[in-house]
Amino acid sequence: MAKLRTWLPWLLLVAAALILPAILPPFRLNLLGRFLSLGIVALGIDLIWGFTGMLSLGQGIFFALGGYAIGMHLQLLSLAPGELPEFFGLYGVKQLPVFWQPFQSFVFTGLCVWVLPALVAGVLGYLVFRNRIKGVYFSILTQAALLVFFNFFNGQQKLINGTNGLKTDTARIFGELVGSDAMQRNLFWLTVVFVMAAWLLCRWLTRGRFGDALIAIRDDEPRLRFTGYNPTAYKTLVFAIAGAMAGVSGALYTVQSGIVSPQYMAVPFSIEMVIWVAVGGRGTLIGAVLGAVLINYAKSLVSEQLPETWLFIQGGLFLLVVTALPDGLVGWWRQGGPRHIKAMVGWPALAPTYPGLDLDPAAQAERQAFRSDLPPGGAP
Amino acid sequence: MDLLYDTLFNGLAIGSVLVLAALGLAVVFGLMGVINMAHGELMMLGAYTTFVVQNLFKNGPLAGLFPIYILVAIPLAFLVSGLAGLLLEKTVIRRLYGRPLETLLATWGVSLILQQFVRSVSSAFVVGLVVAVALGLLAPRLWPSSWAQRRWTPLLAVASWVISGLIGIILANGLGGVRVLDQPWFSARNLDVTAPLWLRGSVELGGVNMPTARLFIVALTAIALVAVHWFLQKSVWGIRIRAVTQNRSMSDCLGIPTETVDALTFLVGSGLAGVAGVAVTLLGSVGPNLGGNYIVDCFMVVVLGGVGKLLGTVVAALGIGVLSYVIGSGSLLLLWPAMPAGLNELITFFATTSMAKVLVFALIVVFLQFRPAGLFPQKGRLVEA
Repeated sequence: MAKLRTWLPWLLLVAAALILPAILPPFRLNLLGRFLSLGIVALGIDLIWGFTGMLSLGQGIFFALGGYAIGMHLQLLSLAPGELPEFFGLYGVKQLPVFWQPFQSFVFTGLCVWVLPALVAGVLGYLVFRNRIKGVYFSILTQAALLVFFNFFNGQQKLINGTNGLKTDTARIFGELVGSDAMQRNLFWLTVVFVMAAWLLCRWLTRGRFGDALIAIRDDEPRLRFTGYNPTAYKTLVFAIAGAMAGVSGALYTVQSGIVSPQYMAVPFSIEMVIWVAVGGRGTLIGAVLGAVLINYAKSLVSEQLPETWLFIQGGLFLLVVTALPDGLVGWWRQGGPRHIKAMVGWPALAPTYPGLDLDPAAQAERQAFRSDLPPGGAP
Repeated sequence: MDLLYDTLFNGLAIGSVLVLAALGLAVVFGLMGVINMAHGELMMLGAYTTFVVQNLFKNGPLAGLFPIYILVAIPLAFLVSGLAGLLLEKTVIRRLYGRPLETLLATWGVSLILQQFVRSVSSAFVVGLVVAVALGLLAPRLWPSSWAQRRWTPLLAVASWVISGLIGIILANGLGGVRVLDQPWFSARNLDVTAPLWLRGSVELGGVNMPTARLFIVALTAIALVAVHWFLQKSVWGIRIRAVTQNRSMSDCLGIPTETVDALTFLVGSGLAGVAGVAVTLLGSVGPNLGGNYIVDCFMVVVLGGVGKLLGTVVAALGIGVLSYVIGSGSLLLLWPAMPAGLNELITFFATTSMAKVLVFALIVVFLQFRPAGLFPQKGRLVEA
């Protein structure tokens, strides 16, 4: 029974991943795939914000770096040797810039998608954390860094096509157009696999001693330092991990939306990422993914019907989550939110009383086990 | 020598806008520790107020006074933005003191709402909004008093707000059928504010041509700085504000109304944002995204200057202004025409406004490595471990 309970969610997920492509129209499936890939960056934010208490407003940097890495690779992939991507012609560039060269290799790109953002995050994080810059200063600095990257990518037409970004949907992988329905379905499955892997990674990280250290940093960093730990190392490491996850997420998002552009580094987008986590429930891994998918789905639905109301709804969500639901939807659920509502309308849950406990076989069994643990003759 | 004047003046002009924009933030962030991401949108409200005032003075009985409309716009913008800030403090920020990250997110939400508000505000919209808020506030008075203590009272409150919101939306939609009422006031377009004639010319000063609009902004900034300095150092309420900043509980014990002080500080900070909004209309068109262009710069100024120090804010803003201008205009090339080719290329690479920003921000981040608390750090033992 217990085994079934552990495996059932996974079975359901796999079943859903297999069934959904059959029942959803390609457009919706593509949307779902994109939003799931955003779930990965949300998981990263959950690691650094929900568990470690560092609010980064600059995850867009790493997201876009991952996207650009795969975008550059796809631009080069379907070219004959000696040919240049089309946009270079517009700016009179005759030779492939040096930093484009290695992206012809798939292995290099595959590494670059997550190693490069992790490195950037690691360096940036180390510099910031070493000086014990934290709290809102950290947030503002990450936002400034985001703006630096945004302006840089936006202004460099000759290097990476500036504002226009790089298109990926006309490239071919294994002879199949990236933008085609069949390819997008494969990418959807790939995204599902990556989301599960990211979730497992985060769970593994947060369950052990490492996770305890993260939570200790969030709750009382000076005390952790005085206990002999070095918070800088932990913070840098977890920031780099979150950066790597953002990179993977950006790459998956790019191939599914068909373009990567500096807009991925826009200031509002990075703050939106934080709100997915906040709505889903920070400090709960499943909440991050749920929040990313739900909010983006709501956004696309609302924007199709009433585009002018979305900002009102989004702003309202920020306010609501911060003032009324500080632990997000999943946190509210876990803390017995539905029970409170039920109690308000007239069905208060029965409080467990002592006779109730005595009749509960599970409680009895536990008590037996506890007694047998005690040394003989020594009752507490 | 001309080049030096030119650089200094242009840097001063860019910097003084930054000072003015960051001044309100320095008050709110420095004295209260509140991160107000809606600061840029409060500036935007000030800019829109200027637009409205300008329209009032363009035609009709006040047309003769058009040259001085901007002097009317400044106090009005202070009032509009200040009241908006006061409302924000009373409804949202008050609940979030001591939770800076949450404040940051909540005020970002407010900034989104304000942006969309100026885009879609119309007479019908305002009527709907006012009716919804009035109904929501009045509803609890209509209930029998025995309903106030029930288990389901919170649900009732939520439901009454939802219902009054729906009534407001339906009303706004119904009124939207009337063409006159449905017309958006500002729409999402960028609007141009016509400056009075005397602010459109330029003055010859020491061999350098200076636009009067820039000079006006510099003067406005200087006046605002002096006023804020006087207010904080000499006025009774300013002294109370500083007392609360230094030791909240002690001030409370000594009979200073701390909640009023909080509200007042926020009002002043937001009002200064409105004044900055007036200045910004002289530099370009007014649009819903105006605030977003300034907010990060303002925070960088405050952080670089050292939180809680007006002098730091001024020095940081002017420094950023001069540096941005020097890098962005590539004037080092003029100064030293025969520099090595590599350096030359490097300087031309950064000689655009956006690339100058890249370099300046990168330099700030590097600078904060050496002086994490900014140019003028707070002294004292209250520094957190």
